[in-house]
Amino acid sequence: MPLKDLETWKVSYLQILDEDGNVDADLDPKFKKAELLDMYRAMLWGRVTDERMLKLQRQGRIGTFGPSTGQEASQIGTMYWAGEKDWFVGAFREHAARLHRGESLIRQLLYYNGWEEGNHNDANTNPRNLPISVIVGAQPLHAVGLAYASRLKGEKDVCALTYMGDGATSEGDVHEALNYASTWKLPVIFVVQNNQWAISIPRSKQMHSRTIAQKAIAYDMPGVQVDGNDVLAVSVATREALDRARKGEGPTLIECVTYRLMMHTTADDQYKYRSKEEEDVWWKRDPLVRFRKYLTTKKWWSDVQEDAQQEEFKAEMDRQITEFEAMTEFKMDAPFDHVYGTTHAVIEQQRAEYLAELAKEADHG
Amino acid sequence: MAKINMVQAINLALDEMMAEDETVVILGEDVGVDGGVFRVTEGLHAKYGEARVIDTPLAESAIIGTAIGMAMGGLKPVGEMQFSGFSYLMIPQLEGHGSRMRARTQGQFTVPMVMRLPFGGGVRALEHHSESREVFYAHMPGTKVVIPSGPRNARALLRAAILDPDPVVFMEPKRSYRAFKEEVPEKPETMEIGKCQVVQQGNDITVVSWGAMMHTTKKAVAEIEKARGASIELVDLLTVAPMDSDTICESVRKTGRLAIVQEAPRSFGPASEIIACVNDKALMYLEAPAKRVTGFDVATPYFGRELQYMPTVGRARRGIEEALDF
Repeated sequence: MPLKDLETWKVSYLQILDEDGNVDADLDPKFKKAELLDMYRAMLWGRVTDERMLKLQRQGRIGTFGPSTGQEASQIGTMYWAGEKDWFVGAFREHAARLHRGESLIRQLLYYNGWEEGNHNDANTNPRNLPISVIVGAQPLHAVGLAYASRLKGEKDVCALTYMGDGATSEGDVHEALNYASTWKLPVIFVVQNNQWAISIPRSKQMHSRTIAQKAIAYDMPGVQVDGNDVLAVSVATREALDRARKGEGPTLIECVTYRLMMHTTADDQYKYRSKEEEDVWWKRDPLVRFRKYLTTKKWWSDVQEDAQQEEFKAEMDRQITEFEAMTEFKMDAPFDHVYGTTHAVIEQQRAEYLAELAKEADHG
Repeated sequence: MAKINMVQAINLALDEMMAEDETVVILGEDVGVDGGVFRVTEGLHAKYGEARVIDTPLAESAIIGTAIGMAMGGLKPVGEMQFSGFSYLMIPQLEGHGSRMRARTQGQFTVPMVMRLPFGGGVRALEHHSESREVFYAHMPGTKVVIPSGPRNARALLRAAILDPDPVVFMEPKRSYRAFKEEVPEKPETMEIGKCQVVQQGNDITVVSWGAMMHTTKKAVAEIEKARGASIELVDLLTVAPMDSDTICESVRKTGRLAIVQEAPRSFGPASEIIACVNDKALMYLEAPAKRVTGFDVATPYFGRELQYMPTVGRARRGIEEALDF
């Protein structure tokens, strides 16, 4: 028996909007109508583009793609509240968040069709968006470094929001990032999209921990579990975390309990390891459905508006897909432009050889 | 300026860059209050403060991962891996992100960062403290690997590395840290990264080396010159990647012979790459097979056997003479 308890801990869970779209009046953050509608549109844009990209992949018009469907509240509920100067350090399943930060659908299509041009932020994109990071769990450390840089340079109120999945929390780099951020009291928000599956590995095989939020306790930072399909709960947790970070009170871990409604990527068949019945349970918790119900109840959104919005989005998708598919000219030796920031004979000699060989390949037919 | 050793020269370069550019930061294990286990960062913590000379928690992947973020965020981080034997934990971050961020984003995000790695044998150290693994890093497109051989080029190359727009793995031959002193100029100077240096002109053979082996090789070259009056062209590689094979090939075209002295294991080492480049560009000028004097493809022995494992002056001399006498 211990002589005394040194510390006791608790882990909190937050839900404001339930599966049926009912709001907990005591917890209602009472966001402005315009804010709520903006968030809804951003979630919807994420969903419809995600669905369209899946179709494009099935038609062979883009390559392998990892859909975000079902995780829109986790992504928009966090990213919506980030400021212009905040860093977005994502993994590879933040489709809705990326679009919300100004990335065009074209960029995503380019990326998923095998062109680095898709990572190159265009004029409309926030220049503080880092590109997709495919290696699981590596990028939170970059967020730590970015937050450190912003603080040292005296940039006021700048935070770094970094995203990862439940699987990533098994990676050493994630724990190193949590430890560094906490030791240095950095303004980093760790957003864990706990979507229950890391390809075929369910959360129960990923860890013994009952929550991911409790991992924050080891680093003495606030950690909270939220209903990741409830955009209001995600928003409230994120705003609190951002406030703390901007006041110099350090990092926060937010576990968003959500679900990957689709396959890991289009190269995967999820029914090899999980059931349709399990998915059906989560489709009933669809973050868009409940949010729409809530907005409709408030009379801030109607079926007519929904139809009009869907039409507008469809037209916009069609426009961008047409533009994307018209892009056929790519600078084939671009990789040689971006090895180093300085010119070196070894690279230039290989570029010349590569281009000469390309010309011969063309002749070869 | 007075003569200084390599530790003092590296410290000087860090001090000069930190004074000139407030975005330069140092991070690593024991680099702050303690001044680093080799005292390379001594005095900098007191001078520039703990926000710029950062004692990190003990996690090498985090040192480089954080440095990558810092670099993208506008700082110029200089990270220290306490010994190169601990640096392999930085490979995933360097290969996965640091090396390729420029390519990934077509130049939008870049990683101007230096990772300093004390490396190599000959100091009677414990296991994992004596390896020469420059090829691990040289094989990552986008990363530069620089190895100084003396105080003056260490100071100039480190300055160049900090000013460089790309990730630089700066490998410091710890056997040379305090082995000898050199005069360094009053004013800071730089040397171009990606260029080797012909340190001595000659006509009979080209001899290439780098790091601590440069010192061994110089002694062997002096012995051969004295013994038989041979005219030897000596090249200090200085940058392993991107390799300046043009300068080496030009020298081989003149001398017709080539010997390379490398501390690292033989197979797949820089010496092999140098010979492959000569094969591509200057084979018909060779009058003898190119000779490699190297470590062996065995685990680097504990220090009881390390001096027999590493090329000695005698081994270097015999190898060079073999190529001369062919």
